[in-house]
Amino acid sequence: MTNHWVDIRNANLIIVMGGNAAEAHPVGFRWVTEAIEHNNAELITIDPRFTRTSAVAQDRAFIRTGTDIAFLGGLISYLIETDQIQREYVLHYTDAALIVRDGYGFEDGLFSGYDESTRSYDKQSWMYEMGDDGFVRRDESLRNSRCVYQLLREHYARYTPETVSSITGIPVETLQRLWKKMAATCVPDKTMTFCYALGWTQHSTGSQIVRAAAMVQLLLGNMGLPGGGVNALRGHSNIQGLTDLGLLSQLLPGYLTLANAKEQDYAAYIDKRTKQPTVEGQVSYWKNYEKFHVSLMKSWFGDAATETNQWCFEWLPKLERPLYDVLDTFERMSKGEMTGYFCQGFNPLASFPDRAKVTRALSSLKYLVVMDPLNTETSEFWKHYGEYNDVDSSAIDTEVFRLPTCCFAEDEGSIVNSARWLQWHWAAAPPPGDARPDIRIMAELYRELKRLYEAEGGAFPDPLLNLTWDYKIADEPSPQELAREYNGRALADLVDAEGNVTRRAGEQLSGFGELTADGKTAAGCWIFTGCWTEDGNQMARRDNSDPYGTGNTLGWAWAWPANRRILYNRASADVQGRPWGPDKAFIWWDSEQGLWVGADVPDFVATSPPSQGQMPFIMQPEGVGHLFAGQSMVDGPFPEHYEPFESPVKDNLLHPGNSRARANPAARIFDDDREALGKPEDFPHAATTYRLTEHFHFWTKHAELNAIVQPEQFVEIGEALAEEIGVAAGDWVKVSSNRGSIRAVAVVTKRLRPMQIGSRQVHHVGIPLHWGFTGAAKKGFLINALTPFVGDANTQTPEYKSFTVRVEKA
Amino acid sequence: MAINVTRRQFFKLGGAGLASSSLAMMGFAPEPAEASIRQFKLSHAKETRNTCTYCSVGCGILMYSKGDGSKNVEQDVFHIEGDPDHPVSRGSLCPKGAGLLDFVHSEGRLAYPQVREAGSDEWKRISWDEAYARIARHMKDDRDANFVRRNAQGQTVNHWTTTGFLAASGSSNEAGYITHKVVRSLGMVAFDNQARV
Repeated sequence: MTNHWVDIRNANLIIVMGGNAAEAHPVGFRWVTEAIEHNNAELITIDPRFTRTSAVAQDRAFIRTGTDIAFLGGLISYLIETDQIQREYVLHYTDAALIVRDGYGFEDGLFSGYDESTRSYDKQSWMYEMGDDGFVRRDESLRNSRCVYQLLREHYARYTPETVSSITGIPVETLQRLWKKMAATCVPDKTMTFCYALGWTQHSTGSQIVRAAAMVQLLLGNMGLPGGGVNALRGHSNIQGLTDLGLLSQLLPGYLTLANAKEQDYAAYIDKRTKQPTVEGQVSYWKNYEKFHVSLMKSWFGDAATETNQWCFEWLPKLERPLYDVLDTFERMSKGEMTGYFCQGFNPLASFPDRAKVTRALSSLKYLVVMDPLNTETSEFWKHYGEYNDVDSSAIDTEVFRLPTCCFAEDEGSIVNSARWLQWHWAAAPPPGDARPDIRIMAELYRELKRLYEAEGGAFPDPLLNLTWDYKIADEPSPQELAREYNGRALADLVDAEGNVTRRAGEQLSGFGELTADGKTAAGCWIFTGCWTEDGNQMARRDNSDPYGTGNTLGWAWAWPANRRILYNRASADVQGRPWGPDKAFIWWDSEQGLWVGADVPDFVATSPPSQGQMPFIMQPEGVGHLFAGQSMVDGPFPEHYEPFESPVKDNLLHPGNSRARANPAARIFDDDREALGKPEDFPHAATTYRLTEHFHFWTKHAELNAIVQPEQFVEIGEALAEEIGVAAGDWVKVSSNRGSIRAVAVVTKRLRPMQIGSRQVHHVGIPLHWGFTGAAKKGFLINALTPFVGDANTQTPEYKSFTVRVEKA
Repeated sequence: MAINVTRRQFFKLGGAGLASSSLAMMGFAPEPAEASIRQFKLSHAKETRNTCTYCSVGCGILMYSKGDGSKNVEQDVFHIEGDPDHPVSRGSLCPKGAGLLDFVHSEGRLAYPQVREAGSDEWKRISWDEAYARIARHMKDDRDANFVRRNAQGQTVNHWTTTGFLAASGSSNEAGYITHKVVRSLGMVAFDNQARV
């Protein structure tokens, strides 16, 4: 979230799109109802279904799954053509005035630089044009045909209400009614917030949907303000923390990135990531990249990391492909190219697409290690469970180890909520039997490996043997020790420009501003620096006071970065540093103190006066928000609507007849998986998967209470489809895709209605995901028997929200 | 509508909080006098603060356990409720969080290390030492056989692609941090967590 849960109460308009917060995040959603009741706010939902969120909304639209960019692109065009933008914000705080290179273009569904053989773009032309002074050229009038604003206008001019309606299935008058309400927040003192979840990310265009929303918010001047922002309502309780800590194939902690194989030179590796300002005088905070990187290397490798050996750069693994994501990994596994796999609190048999392929892949492993508090389906993928897991154990040679871990109630430490708050928790009881904490298991396994490498030698053991391990109990580091380590400490006395000591060697650091690139500081995750200072554990703070009445409780827990609660909050004030409106006052420039002050920690240089002209988006080299993404996305600088890989529609209506631009041209799909895609004539119904309020993924079916309240698998179909296929409520239906099928009870509902798409009616089928063959609930089918093995072009997040099926009476 | 209900009935009806919100809306509250029984029960419990393990709203919870904290007494959680001090949740729990106690005591909880041998159709209990020894042997054999120092182009890559690791976004930052540290020191790259899906 750019903002936070309680801040939703400050919104004037709330858009829930690509999510169903009332069911999936019920307690967070209370702040939406708070805004409706006490801030006169309106809630609008845009979803294929009439959800429990829709049920309490003041207005709503039903959208064909996978067409969100068409809706948002149409909105962008509407804002521009009706001149309902926050002009001062757009001019100063976005890149609208910046000029783009001549070579950039977009034609027949493809951006400049497309190579069909690799399904990728040469992004050379996707750049701003640099002037002779070394900074980006700009046109304050916004009239230059090559400025971002005009290119944006041109790009979305195609997204007329009629075209958007034909793609999305939303009637033109509904589109215009909703767009008008959203556009009304372009005034400086009104804010709209977007709340989204996996309904946006689990598409082959997922990242670009989120970007489109961010662009809308920049145009409306809603980013950085209370009640504004683009708010990812994230899934698991610590999915934010694991992302922050970089447990993803290409990342290091704190959004630092691993080198690819071509980056053999340390200086060039750092230089590429060290972003210098491209507009004169801007902050461009990534110019400090090396400080974060070196501090991480000192944290991991201690005295072994020196300037001479380039802080152990050689020891870090280098990537030979953009991502070693889970789809890539299971593709390799299914081809017998992998030996072993660890599943720590993760249930891929249930969670990854094309379950038949996942079973094949796991069966090809030599060993599988499952660390989990629960008996997951993955741990028993080899066991016959009738039609729910129809395998022959004797034919599967994978050795499976199952290691019991603690659950939250037996665990001490911190987790990061969706609002970036690190909250500390304590253990209430010991785990059952001989279960152990994850920390201990990782430590003991590491120590066992180290013993083997010390005794036998082996492949490149240096990083393993030199890993810092100065924990009091080597087999079980304490959460406190690890938290202090990722916060970071001084390894030598730190001095300021005048030579005064600012931090003694050995002391905990209080912020990432103290980090250095000369090996004098260690910090395992720079964005977390400040969470455990010399004043102790900031994550355990419990002061819930709200001195400014904005819902900002700076004394509760600790938020990264630097305990800021709303990102980009400098943009909550105008160019002169004054709040855009009395209701939206959040931080402002106090000329007497010479400081930015207010309800939050400024996301800015606190002493930088407005007259200095530094702009709010300090992580960007230009200091402004990007309407034009430059080279940061793999599939285009502007979001473009493409059909889901499996769609009930044969043509992309924006690019009829161009099969290359039907689905995302830059999304990766493996040959076998392309073959396994269904055709609209065989699988005519649009399908989408989702969660229910009584359940959390595949965990709560193990909890008796939840298993009682929602015991049995079902699928939802609309009344019209039910009539068409002769199914009554409560009948069993078979739902098939080109990859597999499931059986479930049919819930026939008014909540799903047929949509008019071009010349035909499209029915949606709703598939809740919570059942499996282990747990306390009734046994059910893992619904990933149905889903396609293709992901978002940028993140490879699987396209679970849009695929096609056929429903028939079972 | 006024209905007299005892504390015990209230708990039963409330399903440990599942339906308590709608009950409260109906003006359906227990007799104040009965509250003292609950106070009595909870005052003899140890109260531990935690965060709900399900979604990322991060609701505050209070866990009540039996046992007086003495070194030879094992704590056992018997009640979980929302933390009223928490600025987001203010004491609320949703239908998922209302069942937390049943997650802690689920029959599906694993208690001992086990192995399923190749081709077998059953689990076999093993010791932690055996589990570590066998897993570490598998890892080292595979890593030594397939670790790549230099690729075909002669570039130093120092990576290990044939064993992969999925980390848990239900685990703590501290578990995540040490997992990352160990996994990267081995040169592993097929490394992801639930944020990927």
